[in-house]
Amino acid sequence: MKKHVARYALLAALAMVLSWLESLLVFPGLLPGMKVGLTNIVVLFALYRMGLRDAVRISLVRVILVSITFGNAYSFAYSLAGAALSLAVMAGLKKWDAFSILGVSVAGGVCHNLGQLAVAMAVLETARLGWYLPVLLASGTAAGVVIGIAGGLAAERVKF
Amino acid sequence: MDKKRMRDILLAAGLLLFAGILYLLLRPGGEGAWAVVTADGQEMARYPLSEDRQVTIGEADYNILEIKDGAAAVIEANCGDHTCVRTGAVSREGEAIVCLPHRLIVRIEGGEGPLFDASVG
Repeated sequence: MKKHVARYALLAALAMVLSWLESLLVFPGLLPGMKVGLTNIVVLFALYRMGLRDAVRISLVRVILVSITFGNAYSFAYSLAGAALSLAVMAGLKKWDAFSILGVSVAGGVCHNLGQLAVAMAVLETARLGWYLPVLLASGTAAGVVIGIAGGLAAERVKF
Repeated sequence: MDKKRMRDILLAAGLLLFAGILYLLLRPGGEGAWAVVTADGQEMARYPLSEDRQVTIGEADYNILEIKDGAAAVIEANCGDHTCVRTGAVSREGEAIVCLPHRLIVRIEGGEGPLFDASVG
């Protein structure tokens, strides 16, 4: 149990640092919502190496901590919707076992963006953001590929 | 290459293709301005200002929208106050015609920005 707690803490801290790191990486020309989703490396790692329950815990702790530290109530809602949808779909696909960690990561990246877009549309009470959907689909896919490769390597090699 | 990796690639390619198709379908009208008709908070239609046309919006409660010479105007309506008709023609981004009794908004999107940067008062 003690070992478990230490692992949670380690991974949650890592996820949080990656969130922060990502907020520093701003490239010109990127639209809001386009991001690599570095924290998903940690979530993927937890999902593949520790199981769904642990991945959910770590993800939730990360979302709460990051929102308290850097965000507000709205960003909490965005993060939570993205993280929850993404993790649910990734867990489902992993169980289905049709894709490797790369495909699971791609689906997760896309769903993360979809969850956030859904919250944005609900909060702003507008369907006018619909045109943003293809942008987020494409960027989520690209991010998912990158993270899937990184997460796959981590899940395979990290000794824990 | 194993089967799973193949499916991964198919998934990613499929998503990108889907995004591309959606983009072509959803992109907001390219160049030029549009008159966007919103009723009860829901977008009902959008018409390019570059094509002249006349449309009747609604049945029992109606507003007749005319697009002519690159501007949109409500030329007739059976609402109580006729504010929409008196608004006249709009053509610049951000301008709007509002008919409160029918909960209707005709808003201009895209195209040239407002004539003035801001108005005071």
